Amino acid sequence: MQEIYYHSVRLDKDKCKGCTTCLKRCPTEAIRIRNNKATILPERCIDCGECIKVCESHAKVAVTDPLDSIRRFKYPIALPAPTLYAQFQGVHQPEPIIASLFRLGFVDVFEVARGAEIVSYAISRAMREEDRPKPVISSACPAIVRLIQVNFPALLDNVIDFVSPMEAAAKIAKEEYAQKHGVDIADVGAFFITPCAAKMTAVRSPAGLEKSYVDGVIAIKDVYTQMRVFLKEGFTPLEIDRASVVGIKWAVPGGEAEAVGIKSALCVDGIENVMNVLEAIENARFRNLTYFEGLACVNGCLGGPLTVENSFVAKNRLRSVMNRTTLKTVQRREVFEDAVHTLRLTKEIEPSDAMQLVGTMKERIEREERIERLTQGLPGYDCGSCGSPTCRALAEDIENGFANELNCVFRLNDRINSLAAEMVTLGASTRFNTPQDTARLREMQEKLRSDDEEGDEQ
Amino acid sequence: MIIKETYPVKADDMTCAGDVSARIKRHMKRLGIPSSIMRRVSVCTYEAEINLVIHSDGGQIDFEISEDRILVRARDVGPGIPDIDKAMTEGWSTASNEVRNMGFGAGMGLPNMKRNADDFHISSVVGEGTDISMIFNI
Repeated sequence: MQEIYYHSVRLDKDKCKGCTTCLKRCPTEAIRIRNNKATILPERCIDCGECIKVCESHAKVAVTDPLDSIRRFKYPIALPAPTLYAQFQGVHQPEPIIASLFRLGFVDVFEVARGAEIVSYAISRAMREEDRPKPVISSACPAIVRLIQVNFPALLDNVIDFVSPMEAAAKIAKEEYAQKHGVDIADVGAFFITPCAAKMTAVRSPAGLEKSYVDGVIAIKDVYTQMRVFLKEGFTPLEIDRASVVGIKWAVPGGEAEAVGIKSALCVDGIENVMNVLEAIENARFRNLTYFEGLACVNGCLGGPLTVENSFVAKNRLRSVMNRTTLKTVQRREVFEDAVHTLRLTKEIEPSDAMQLVGTMKERIEREERIERLTQGLPGYDCGSCGSPTCRALAEDIENGFANELNCVFRLNDRINSLAAEMVTLGASTRFNTPQDTARLREMQEKLRSDDEEGDEQ
Repeated sequence: MIIKETYPVKADDMTCAGDVSARIKRHMKRLGIPSSIMRRVSVCTYEAEINLVIHSDGGQIDFEISEDRILVRARDVGPGIPDIDKAMTEGWSTASNEVRNMGFGAGMGLPNMKRNADDFHISSVVGEGTDISMIFNI
């Protein structure tokens, strides 16, 4: 059995009205509606945030750390995702944004885009290793890594065995700060300014690492308003190492493969699209593909559920930020060589058994057989009214003892009709006596039966 | 205990191509078939399914899974294969340009299936059809 992951995506019960919107959109069928409220199956949830985006009642929320939490450390460092640079109207350069992070209370800022530069370099080196199964799959989007663990375990060997830019940035930022200022590294905290919930989960239960280098995760939307005020007040120029276009472009779909320098790469955004392509990769459909960058959100991190700006607008703005960035190539390449060796994942990314039936192989086959038969007996509308996302999922839930066949409104309807017919018969046997009554009873029974048959035909 | 299923495959219907392999894959995922085996079965089923769509006049795929093995059998009605040895050569294909432009017909299908299956058997009658059986040991 797997340990239960920490999850950032949660339900606000009071706001949930028990509709089927999130149920139908969850890519891993991790939601059930029970007693008129959504529940999340923790072993299946990949924290992609799809449900947060689609819920009109805003009942799905992402738990992240509050800004106050930076006080836990003597020296808190901000790690802004490059997505942050595209959030503010009229701001087309990172510098004022970085400056306002200092004003939020951070003692230093280390751009995740710099982490991305180092990771790009490490990946491009690793791509030369011959025995790597192709396509190599990016590990940057934590929701996609979880998706592969849960739904595409056969592709785990393809996932790149390097940490994400966020982890790289956290590690280097803390080490550099402690060294430069001669302080204890334990007093230095790295706080990622995040566009998404999955990063929070990736920090609390990292895949492929014993422990994350990141100490806290703060949502972009939670610092947005305060930063906007600071941005209006102007800023003093900074003297810190800055990221180049190479790192910043990771925020745009396709930017990662471009930064790594791979021509035969495919970038896909939007979780449904990613699932289709992973399915095809599993079928060995793309033989010449060497690199795959899958991003759970449409427009990649710019479309993250914790961002503020419309992701299409943000994409344009980030292009403009990149055009104005004078650093076109990476700086201080000497730190890279060391980093390449220290940024490998320290353990394997484990497959999850969340989608599997339990028991021995024999028992699993028996269960699968019963589930198939149960599914055949359901109408196949996949309406979600029963609280399970599809008829097949309801059949699984019935087999697992979490539901019964009458949770299906159509089955319930059939049952009510047959009960009604029985009651008519029962009533007749006690009350109806005359030959005319018997004739009328027959007529009613006939009618019920033919209604029933018509219903079946539909 | 054994799970047996038969899926029809229509000729020339590229919109449905892949549906059968997807369904078979879902079964295997739920049953927890080891990744390495699942991958091989997926590749073979998909190749077989595409072959039926592209080269045959239609057919069916039988899928059987028991405790110790998986059987995939693809049978079609169609032109058949005149020279099986030649068809088993990598790079040899009779696919049209149209099909090749869609990324199929590279002449890798049959050799790929043979390589990935633990047991591979093919028989074909010209003018009648082709019958391919593949066994994968669990």
